[in-house]
Amino acid sequence: MSRDSAASAPGEPGNCQGRPVSPSGRTSRFGRLIDGGLLLQDGVQGSPVLRLFTRWVRRPLLPVMRLWRRNIQLRVVAATLVMSLGVVLLLGFVVIGQVRNGLLDAKEKAAQIQATGGFKAAVDNAADSQGAGGSATNDSVGRRNAVLWRSDLVTQLSSGGQSAFHVVALAAGSDAGRGRGPRASGYVDALESVPNELRTQVDRADGAYQSFSRIEYVNGGPEPVAGLVIGKRLMDINNDPYQLYYLFPLTQEEKSLSLVKGTLATAGLFVVVLLGAIAWLVVRQVVTPVRMAAGIAERLSAGRLQERMKVTGEDDIARLGEAFNKMAQNLQLKIQQLEDLSRMQRRFVSDVSHELRTPLTTVRMAADVIHEARVDFDPVTARSAELLADQLDRFESLLADLLEISRFDAGAAALEAEATDLRDVVRRVVGGAEPLAEAKGGRIRVVGDEQPVVAEADARRVERVLRNLVVNAVEHGDGKDVVVRLGAAGGAVAVAVRDYGVGLKPGEATRVFNRFWRADPARARTTGGTGLGLSIALEDARLHGGWLQAWGEPGGGSQFRLTLPRTADEALRGSPIPLEPEDSRRNRGLNEARLADGEQGKQATVPAQSPSERAPVAVPPTASSVLVAPPSADPTALPGSGARVVPRQVSSPEGLAGGRARHSDSADGGELRGGRSPAEEASTGSAQKSVEAESGTGSEAAAEVEAAESQARAQAQTQAQASGEEESTRGR
Amino acid sequence: MKGRVLVVDDDTALAEMLGIVLRGEGFEPSFVADGDKALAAFRETKPDLVLLDLMLPGRDGIEVCRLIRAESGVPIVMLTAKSDTVDVVVGLESGADDYIVKPFKPKELVARIRARLRRSEEPAPEQLAIGDLVIDVAGHSVKRDGQSIALTPLEFDLLVALARKPWQVFTREVLLEQVWGYRHAADTRLVNVHVQRLRSKVEKDPERPEIVVTVRGVGYKAGPS
Repeated sequence: MSRDSAASAPGEPGNCQGRPVSPSGRTSRFGRLIDGGLLLQDGVQGSPVLRLFTRWVRRPLLPVMRLWRRNIQLRVVAATLVMSLGVVLLLGFVVIGQVRNGLLDAKEKAAQIQATGGFKAAVDNAADSQGAGGSATNDSVGRRNAVLWRSDLVTQLSSGGQSAFHVVALAAGSDAGRGRGPRASGYVDALESVPNELRTQVDRADGAYQSFSRIEYVNGGPEPVAGLVIGKRLMDINNDPYQLYYLFPLTQEEKSLSLVKGTLATAGLFVVVLLGAIAWLVVRQVVTPVRMAAGIAERLSAGRLQERMKVTGEDDIARLGEAFNKMAQNLQLKIQQLEDLSRMQRRFVSDVSHELRTPLTTVRMAADVIHEARVDFDPVTARSAELLADQLDRFESLLADLLEISRFDAGAAALEAEATDLRDVVRRVVGGAEPLAEAKGGRIRVVGDEQPVVAEADARRVERVLRNLVVNAVEHGDGKDVVVRLGAAGGAVAVAVRDYGVGLKPGEATRVFNRFWRADPARARTTGGTGLGLSIALEDARLHGGWLQAWGEPGGGSQFRLTLPRTADEALRGSPIPLEPEDSRRNRGLNEARLADGEQGKQATVPAQSPSERAPVAVPPTASSVLVAPPSADPTALPGSGARVVPRQVSSPEGLAGGRARHSDSADGGELRGGRSPAEEASTGSAQKSVEAESGTGSEAAAEVEAAESQARAQAQTQAQASGEEESTRGR
Repeated sequence: MKGRVLVVDDDTALAEMLGIVLRGEGFEPSFVADGDKALAAFRETKPDLVLLDLMLPGRDGIEVCRLIRAESGVPIVMLTAKSDTVDVVVGLESGADDYIVKPFKPKELVARIRARLRRSEEPAPEQLAIGDLVIDVAGHSVKRDGQSIALTPLEFDLLVALARKPWQVFTREVLLEQVWGYRHAADTRLVNVHVQRLRSKVEKDPERPEIVVTVRGVGYKAGPS
């Protein structure tokens, strides 16, 4: 089969070098930020301790947060609860305020009336006592009388009020010194209960003043209560001023108020809870059909096409259900049509195969019989018989390939995977291709077959793929050696076939997999491939869940790499062998630059330099701007991408090393190389020497040395690969 | 060497061409074009080998294969245009010993026919044991506790090949070469299907084979006797 045949790799766009690298890193961080949700992340970004703390706090909250994000019902109910709670609280405050004002107003009025009457009585009482007792002759007697009188007055005044009010008499202003202690009814702590501001107010002017206060009782009395205090300055029997206060405890009002409060709180609680329940019920009515639709959509996409939504009524939900069902119906119809079509096609292919093959068999046998007997024919007929037989071979393989590819198209290809040592397969393939290689003047060498390379694979298909690749490499290798490299690392095994022939032009690495694609129509074809070989190989690789990728540089040969997962149900994340070989022109340039660099490094005692520092040395300044591109995800190593192209820079003279845009620099090539330590470097060197010593017999010295070099690198590569696997898979 | 070959094929051109090739190689071909008449022709001609096309008018090849296998262990080689696994496996399971995919080369066909016929040449008297089975190679019989088990010649050969070297693990390729006589690597599905058929006859529990044991990733070997 020829390399000119080509199919694009698994569903990839044609040219992958231009494909933008997805900003996956940024997206995920952004996503995490969103995930973080309520817990502010950016605020704690600076301090690692804080970040640790938030992480520690966040972990148990994560399931709750996930539930919150995923459950719209929960969110609606919570919002309803919060909002109704707010409304109820506001309402409560307003109502309670109004009730309190009303109660206090009434109390105030009643208290004022009571106090006014009391003050009047006190004044009257004082006047009466003055009249009855005559004028005070003796100061001390008068004082004693006044003391008694005040006590009597307090008792008298308070006797009418029971516990509805208390009466307090206090000395006015500076007059307190002369034995006129406070008098109070009902165990009231007079000095504590009457606020000082009120006392000064009362002292300062005539008239009644009032204030709210806390009524305190002396030891043994009841608990302190809020109360209203009304006071006035009056004259006693000696015409000395004193202060008389009425204290009205607001016990009753407080009781009423707390009753109202309690009622309101209970009602509010009920309202909030009920509103929450109502919201839950209402949302459930909407959410349930949506959830049902989601579930059914999932089942539909899982292939259960007969799933339908239940539709009741004519409301919006019912319309959703109807539309959904219609969609499902159409989907089912279309899929069924496609399935029928596919089945028909498969059937057709099968029938055609039989119908075509039976006459072909007859023709084939007849041609063989004629071919056997050609020695008896005249030269023209004999040559015709030869041509007939040859072209029948070609026709046969073309038919076989066509049928094979149509089987893939119909999805009828089945994988029969079992544990296979790829070394056996490679050995068979190389054995089969050796005569062809010898005829071409080259050799096929196998590298990396020291250890078993076992994977769950369909040996028949893998052998077909490898035979195709090896025969291609020999055919296009210009008689130079072909290197078959095996590798196993992580969950993958790989076989790379490297040739040193004409290589691939930019853009060809993807197109080689296109059906019936030819690199150069003018090129002479020796083995006469069908043009479908690589397409079938690609399908075979895809059937395994593997990759088949191509790399090539003009004049520098090419490398085709088959990567297979170690077990059939495992997804590939990387390949043990870099797609771009170690001895590619650019890598050689880099290595030389690095060697030179390494010597400088020793002088400067810098043990290792990062590739980004090193790289500019290797390339002409024209390309350095492209070079700075960070080694991000390797687009070519993604499962969808078949191949990678290394275009030659137009500006660089003769396309020298490094004159290529490096933005397609792969993780498996560039990064790995960059991560190599000086020790590995040294091991490469020694391996190289030993291999060179072995390979002194080659007739084509240049090719030999080149190949040996590559072999040595490959060995170092496989060693490095074990540790560098994550590097090669990074960013995928 | 016996060389009567019954060709069951509805395509007259192919049948004629097969006749030319087979006669050229020294066989005696006879022909039948209809699946319904195939069994009668088989009884009448008593061939040493049957070449059977899978797609036939009347009874299809699978059915004919089953009918012939029901009354004889004569080697059956299927001619099939379909190399799909399912078609091949169905054909092999119905009792065919080998298959050859169209279009084939005359030499390939003749080689396979010879390989199938070569087997039936006189074996040396030999008694083998595998598991609790006793195999009389010359008498072509397999017995468990005195009860004989009916095997087709191919299944018998497969069992004998395994029993002769109970210490050896046979890869499918080696079995293909020893039992089917292929030099080149052919389809190993042949081996898988026939091992399963053999197991269904000789194993007490085909799900847990004790006579023909699978060595994962390598092939098969005889169970301990």
